[in-house]
Amino acid sequence: MKSVKPIALFFTAALIFAILMPTSSAQQQLTLLNVSYDPTRELWRDINSHFIPIYEKQKGVKLTINQSHGGSSTQARSVIDGLEADVTTLASFLDTDAISKKGLIKDGWVERLPNHSRPYYSTVVFVVRKGNPKGIKDWPDLVNKPDVAIITPNPKTSGNGYVSFFAAWGSVVTRGGSRQDAINYVTKLYERVPVLDSGARGATTTFVQKGIGDVHLAWENEAHLEVAEAKGELELVNPPVSILAEPQVAVVDATVDRAQGHREAAEAYLKYTYTDEAQEIFAKHFYRPSNETILKKHSDVFPANTKLFPITAIAKDWPDAHKQLIGDGGVFDSIYKPKGR
Amino acid sequence: MASINRRVLPGFSLTLGYTVFYLSILVLIPITACFLKASTLSFHDFWDAVWTERARAAYYLTFGTAFIAALVNLVLGLLLAWVLVRYTFPGKKIIDSLVDLPLALPTAVGGLVYASLYVQKGWLGQYLVPLGIRGAYTRLGIVLVLIFVGLPFVVRTVQPILEDLDPESEEAAASLGSTRWQTFRNVILPTLYPALITGFALAFARGIGEYGSVVFVSGNMPYKTEIAPILIVARLEEFAYGEATAIAVVLLVISFIMLVLINRLERWSMRHEY
Repeated sequence: MKSVKPIALFFTAALIFAILMPTSSAQQQLTLLNVSYDPTRELWRDINSHFIPIYEKQKGVKLTINQSHGGSSTQARSVIDGLEADVTTLASFLDTDAISKKGLIKDGWVERLPNHSRPYYSTVVFVVRKGNPKGIKDWPDLVNKPDVAIITPNPKTSGNGYVSFFAAWGSVVTRGGSRQDAINYVTKLYERVPVLDSGARGATTTFVQKGIGDVHLAWENEAHLEVAEAKGELELVNPPVSILAEPQVAVVDATVDRAQGHREAAEAYLKYTYTDEAQEIFAKHFYRPSNETILKKHSDVFPANTKLFPITAIAKDWPDAHKQLIGDGGVFDSIYKPKGR
Repeated sequence: MASINRRVLPGFSLTLGYTVFYLSILVLIPITACFLKASTLSFHDFWDAVWTERARAAYYLTFGTAFIAALVNLVLGLLLAWVLVRYTFPGKKIIDSLVDLPLALPTAVGGLVYASLYVQKGWLGQYLVPLGIRGAYTRLGIVLVLIFVGLPFVVRTVQPILEDLDPESEEAAASLGSTRWQTFRNVILPTLYPALITGFALAFARGIGEYGSVVFVSGNMPYKTEIAPILIVARLEEFAYGEATAIAVVLLVISFIMLVLINRLERWSMRHEY
């Protein structure tokens, strides 16, 4: 008789399910997909758990928000290749722009939401070993102090990589340096990079677990987690200038217009990220809130003395900067050309 | 009565049909798609994408390290297979199953572990780096992980042949006065050639395609330790699909030519068995 048990259990479960089903389906249900990049997993889980009850109360629709994470540009390619994202919350303008160029997000998306569709922003900071033994405070220290090894991922394959490159480049040109000065600077800097990991996570492993390098050029939000986890072995240094990285959010028009209710929910979802409540959540996860007042409230985490320059300080826009500096035949390629050729 | 099918298993046309069908779905169609995508480039763009100095350095590195690793695996694999077949010792079963482990382990894990072992502060690196042996973020590191991922192939192809080997021929050789080395060189080794070459080809092919472990151990320095698959990822990052597949096509073509050559060699060695 024993063999009957699982079957009986199954039928009982099915029966219970069948009884419960009608009551729950009387309420409207909807599933959204948020396609984001690697480190934002906890951030969006936090935001979703706050937004879902709010939307249910307002519209009577019970949302399920699925999250997809991976390297930012890999995620963008997945969306281009058919991953049905309702919203994208990627690390860089370049990635959202690539999706838009394929016609999946309508032109002019940048101005559809406040603050250039940027509910939060971030930057690149330094993580150094305990006590900052090499005395690294500013960008010139990276190439002038003796014997400094720098950990940063490959700008060709990593968003963290190229944003760090732009930050280094901008630290020269926004302080009056010429293009040639900047080329000399980044050449010296990358000569001191012993390993070019393919992604941000790999670089963190190299710096923290393998103990290689004296300074790690990291995303600000990752840097805070890195330092907290190292329990006193690492310190965070805010350089006086760095780049204003623009992780933008967008509704994917091609997906949300396919089924009813998706556009409304997706737009409400992204609008919610600009509320005070959501802005506080960003700050809690070490992303800089776009709301000035809330940013100031957290000035212990985000010191105001770091000057963040926009991408337009070093190029026309993100695609232009990437093409000139990182793309095929760009400045980065020339750094590694074997000498004497 | 006209034609009597003398084959043991029926359904030649059926099985062939299935073979072609699965091969098409699993191999031919994806590869064709790859070629089609690459053909969206003009010849000039294609050439510019695949034949830069940096790309050539990467091909050289990819094929060179895969080749060296496969050679090492040839020797190590034969030795391991020999020990596993010819001797009995405690723990033999465990060692036998350890051989397959590199196939099951996600290779990225292998790469990470190798890198952290051989860096200056690693378990092995703290002794080796002072001696000038750098097994992480160097070409040596790439060869080491490729030996790791390719190890099972030679062992598993040689092992069954070695098991079937008739000890009488060895005894005959010995009684005819041949030394141990001569017996090995002239009696045992020739029968193993085809299996060794197959194992080598598999390990070599595995090495060319390997990405996961190599990115973690190579350091990815352009011109020095940057393998060709990294270039593909770099081009994808620029959303340059055509250029990325162009590099993939070059890798495919070179690999295909090399595998055909190895296949030829294998057949030749079978014909010249003595």
